[in-house]
Amino acid sequence: MTIAVIDYGMGNLHSVAKALEHVTQENVIITRDARCIRGATRLVLPGQGAIRDCMGELERSQVKGLVQELLAEADKPLLGICVGQQMLLDESEENGGVACLGHLPGRVRRFPADMHDAQGERLKVPHMGWNRVDQHHEHPLWAGIESGERFYFVHSYYVDAAEDDTVFGTTDYGSVKAHVAIGRGPVFAVQFHPEKSASAGLRLLENFVTWEP
Amino acid sequence: MALAKRIIPCLDVDAGRVVKGVNFVGIRDAGDPVEIAKRYNQQGADEITFLDITASHEGRDTTVEMVERIAGEVFIPLTVGGGIRSCDDIRTMLNAGADKVSINTAAVTDPEFVREATERFGSQCIVVAIDAKRVSAEDEAPRWEIFTHGGRRPTGLDAVEWARKMVEYGAGELLLTSMDRDGTKAGFDLGVTRAISDAVSVPVIASGGVGNLAHLVEGVTRGGADAVLAASIFHFGEYSIPEAKHFMAEHGIEMRL
Repeated sequence: MTIAVIDYGMGNLHSVAKALEHVTQENVIITRDARCIRGATRLVLPGQGAIRDCMGELERSQVKGLVQELLAEADKPLLGICVGQQMLLDESEENGGVACLGHLPGRVRRFPADMHDAQGERLKVPHMGWNRVDQHHEHPLWAGIESGERFYFVHSYYVDAAEDDTVFGTTDYGSVKAHVAIGRGPVFAVQFHPEKSASAGLRLLENFVTWEP
Repeated sequence: MALAKRIIPCLDVDAGRVVKGVNFVGIRDAGDPVEIAKRYNQQGADEITFLDITASHEGRDTTVEMVERIAGEVFIPLTVGGGIRSCDDIRTMLNAGADKVSINTAAVTDPEFVREATERFGSQCIVVAIDAKRVSAEDEAPRWEIFTHGGRRPTGLDAVEWARKMVEYGAGELLLTSMDRDGTKAGFDLGVTRAISDAVSVPVIASGGVGNLAHLVEGVTRGGADAVLAASIFHFGEYSIPEAKHFMAEHGIEMRL
């Protein structure tokens, strides 16, 4: 029983691995080795930074084809986090338009520049900090987590999924309702950082490591 | 409905130990940062910032080990600042488990370093720390300048212009400390906080001068800060994090309670 955190050279994977180790006795590895990834029982696809760089590194590290194959086979649970969520969509507006993995229909859009809160304060982009996640459909990964619970976010682009039945959680920021938890079959992906979201985040990770889709 | 404003306790760490005293005024070595970080995490702190004030190499290695230990037990964002001068320094701290690093003096001596760091690691993990001091006279239009070396060395850089430039270079967040107010307990310098918060698109953390809970409220409502950082009011047990959060929420500020 091994959980593989896919390492294609982008971002800080240690936080994710450490949080997983905190909630499971299973072996957690950070790897880009195709055999290890294929042999794992569960996969975590993280991502930080610009999506062009993430997609580029995924290709360069020769993990892209493998991830696409595994997504198509759909026989092991996969958790996408942050840009790891965004990469599952068709395309992103970031960096002048970047084609993504196309596993779930929809686009990644930029928050509008001029949003204000109820007090008239300008809303900052990136959307950084703790915001509420409203559960849109039931899902095993929400077990023990209340709708409206706060999770930690840091992002300037958000997912706009095309099909309602793939949307499991939404977050309001200004005029935007971002699809911050999406999924289908054994795939679940979140915009927020469960590994940095205190007890609610750890509960979601615990739900993931015990999930039998 | 909205994004919560953040409370960030800040720990000064020297060679892997928290200094400046926690709960016990006047005691220099105040204890194990891991225990203190865990306590703040349990109390509901939204993030934790460490300021590494270690001068020696050996001390720095100890700090790295400390970050590793904390990251294994505290699952909220961790920022490490102090002495970050190269991409190697950043990588070392991120690999140890820091989520963000804060760059101060190195940004002033070499602004291109900020650009390089954000291109390499992403804006989300690069905080630029700005130490500002008011340089205008009472009857003049307010003007603030950047100082380095703990507020001793002027740079001639206008603080608002500098903040804009750092965001242009990719900084994902600004940690703004008023050198006039730091340690005074007289409250944030709301003028510079408002001026910088209005000038940039990224979140601003207000720091320097917090003496009571009303100061935290003002930092957000009048200063326009997205997060408030404080050390001594929490360390010395004057206020707990839940007290501060409830006080802010009672004053109409969205908080994670």
